[in-house]
Amino acid sequence: MRYAMAVDTKKCVGCSDCVVACQTENKVPIGYCRDWVVEVMDGTYPQLEIEIRSERCNHCENSPCVRCCPTGASHYADGGVVLVTPDECIGCGACIASCPYDARYPHPDGYVDKCTFCLDNRVKKGLDPACVSVCPTKCMYFGDLDDPNSPVSKVLKKRKFKTLIPEAGTQPQLYFLI
Amino acid sequence: MKTNRRQFIKIGALGTGGIALAATTHNWSFAADLVKKYVAGDTAGQRTATYCEVCFWQCAGWVYKDEDGEIQKIIGNEDDPHCNGRFCPRGTGGIGQYHDEDRLKTPLLRTKENGKDVFKAVDWDEALDFIAAKMKGIAEKHGPECIALFTHGSGGAHFGHLLKAFGSQSITAPSFAQCRGPREVGFLTTFGDIIYSPERTDIRDSKCLVLIGSHIGENMHNGQIQEMSDAIDKGATIITVDPRFSTAASKSKFWLPIKPSTDMALLLAWMNVLIENGWYDKDYVERYTYGFEELKAHVQPFTPEWAYGITTIDPNVIRKTAKEMFDASPAVIIHPGRHVTWYGDDTQRLRAVAILNALLGSWGRRGGFYNPEKANVPDFPVPEFPTPKRTPTEAYEGKYNLANEVVSNGICDATIPTPDKNCSFKMWMVNGTNLMAALPNQKQTIDAINALELLVVVDTMPVEITGYADVVLPECTYLERYDMLRKSPHREPNIAVRVPAAQPKYNSKPADWIAKKLAEKLGLDAFFPWKDMEELLDWQLKEIGSSLDEMKRIGVKKFPRTYDDLYFAPGEDVSFNTTTGKIELYSTDMEAEGFDPLPVYTPHEEPAEGFYRLIYGRAPMHTFSRTANNPNLTDLMDENTLWVNPKVAKLWGLEAGQEVKLKNQDGIISTFAIKVRITERIRWDSVYMVHGFGHNNKKLSRAHGRGINDTELITNVKVDPVMGGTGMRSNFVTFITDIYSTENEKKS
Repeated sequence: MRYAMAVDTKKCVGCSDCVVACQTENKVPIGYCRDWVVEVMDGTYPQLEIEIRSERCNHCENSPCVRCCPTGASHYADGGVVLVTPDECIGCGACIASCPYDARYPHPDGYVDKCTFCLDNRVKKGLDPACVSVCPTKCMYFGDLDDPNSPVSKVLKKRKFKTLIPEAGTQPQLYFLI
Repeated sequence: MKTNRRQFIKIGALGTGGIALAATTHNWSFAADLVKKYVAGDTAGQRTATYCEVCFWQCAGWVYKDEDGEIQKIIGNEDDPHCNGRFCPRGTGGIGQYHDEDRLKTPLLRTKENGKDVFKAVDWDEALDFIAAKMKGIAEKHGPECIALFTHGSGGAHFGHLLKAFGSQSITAPSFAQCRGPREVGFLTTFGDIIYSPERTDIRDSKCLVLIGSHIGENMHNGQIQEMSDAIDKGATIITVDPRFSTAASKSKFWLPIKPSTDMALLLAWMNVLIENGWYDKDYVERYTYGFEELKAHVQPFTPEWAYGITTIDPNVIRKTAKEMFDASPAVIIHPGRHVTWYGDDTQRLRAVAILNALLGSWGRRGGFYNPEKANVPDFPVPEFPTPKRTPTEAYEGKYNLANEVVSNGICDATIPTPDKNCSFKMWMVNGTNLMAALPNQKQTIDAINALELLVVVDTMPVEITGYADVVLPECTYLERYDMLRKSPHREPNIAVRVPAAQPKYNSKPADWIAKKLAEKLGLDAFFPWKDMEELLDWQLKEIGSSLDEMKRIGVKKFPRTYDDLYFAPGEDVSFNTTTGKIELYSTDMEAEGFDPLPVYTPHEEPAEGFYRLIYGRAPMHTFSRTANNPNLTDLMDENTLWVNPKVAKLWGLEAGQEVKLKNQDGIISTFAIKVRITERIRWDSVYMVHGFGHNNKKLSRAHGRGINDTELITNVKVDPVMGGTGMRSNFVTFITDIYSTENEKKS
């Protein structure tokens, strides 16, 4: 089993609903976020292009954060999802420094927090992650890459895609449809 | 009338008498009882049906609580055609409205202390007794019709009912004359029917969607953005006309970066191309329309080459986009937009939009405009309302005869006494709309307020209009109350229910309670014969084969259509609700009122040297100024920025993130400064900001002083003679880079 997510940059309007939905679902304190929106503009008026991306932890197959964690708090869970066990985290911040995607933040309660793909609170109950389920443009696809019929497998077969900073060698599992 | 009577009071400036009272909870067992049985025993996982009040799309959803019984999240109702189970960021962040610690907490009464105006915290009885006594006095002296209600949102039904019972029909919402009015009148005079909200645009099945200054995606009206996304999936062509590279423009096959204020020239050129090339639905036009020959002769001179010099849009692009529309027809939508009060000839511009749709045969066709239907819900029986001695439209007699709703600025203007008017308006009740941000030309609004004997403001937040009030009534949020059923027209008739998920916080009350209590004090009990909202809703629901219990379980209920189909049948004989019974390309209504029966291009004001046209719009995570203090939504965006083209920035030596103030053509300087965002996404003759920021009430702790309030810079208002809409896009601003100069200190 290999959980992954694809975000359609052609449909995303950058409304940030994914951000609020994650905050309320996962009780992320106001002022912090596990996912965020990036807008990249290119060109000069009137020849312009924008790519809009909803970003979060890439749940890398080769995660520098897991490798550098001194206590084992950062670990691979079911389906390759990268999680942090708050009780085991000492808040040293090595993982924050190691992440090329800047996906982690120090939670005010003293541990490091980040996107969980809503693994325990939603995915294991058969629901999509909060961000995927709320998106008004339905621009996000989630599922098991080992299952050829999962929404994410199907859309990656059909569409052109890219990953972020592939040269870091982290083998990210967050795909952007372009 | 003392003109300085009404000093602006910041809600924080409580008189000393207020301190003790503010902490007490007076007489609120009524509302508490009302919600107790649903709140009691509510544990994590249970859900309460609601529909959203953060914007007026009113998506239905479910409120969930956490294990501590605190409201945690709101999720869309999957059966709701407004949202299909997916809320937008504002709806998802709607919980912030409930949790906001800056909310109005107790009734406030304007009083004098040491010669200074202050608010005194009072209990509900004192506040409502005061209002009732004043209302009786005004009715006796001037007549009850001298009381007007400005409203936007669900409270309007309750307070409107109260006003009608008291003898006034002067009920108005800025959503007409400050927003979508021109499109309703433009389509009404053409097709004999309006667009409604949610819009009857069949975007999901459209093959070509044309957006003119309409920025769906930043304007987050949920159903439309969902359907636009579906249309993108199905390969629909999107054509966006906008001087700004909007989000929608970035999703479009064609972006037409038009020179602002010249849209009419483009629309006429499109008509010219369609007709000259025979790219229109000949059968539809022959069968259903009136005045085609006149239209054909009228648009003959308006070639793409003619439009090029006006709009700066390449003639070939005008032809190519016209062909795209024709190829997609009738599954094509020239979108009527929503906020369309721009230049004062807006009804005529929307007439042009309507005519284009008629030529392409999209009205009443799949992928064009569907025929919506509304659930038929009977009203609870009440005595007949008294007939007012004058109707609200007498406030602007002889003007705006084609307006199909009451014109808010017409009421506002009429409030200012003139020698020829012996009685205009003596009291306003304002509910759910911050008139200081909603109505342009703030000075006019303040003059009108100063002429009032009583201003009552009912709101959840200490927005600026509360500072001018004699009485402020704290309304609870939509998550803490019942309201009337939502029954907006849609593809399938449907209703949605709002049930309180929590008790009203502080000493706030639901609007229905406030209206009923005030009615009792005015001796109007007979008009409010129901015990409470539960009885009222249950009666209504049982009349249509449901019940409150059922609606609490399902939230949304759909009903079968009872009359015509979603689309016209091929060759169907259709009669339109116009004078000729046809789709009027040539408008007999316009002609009868002395307006151009066919739309014409009028050049509009241009910026003077060193000035830039002020364009404003929306951000997906905010609804006007009503969300500007919401903790969840300010977390996403807590100030507006000023979009400036790099060429302009270079000319002025502006740097990204630099704070500037703005001065408009009338010398009005913004109260606050705004950060510059240097971006290629805006033309060099314009600047852009998101509306709804720059609040000056310090009690809005997250919103105060963040960004600029565009409304204060909108003083050149072009009123649409057809329906009274306030055109707001003829305002021009220049930069003040020295934001701490003495000139500015005086102003602030």
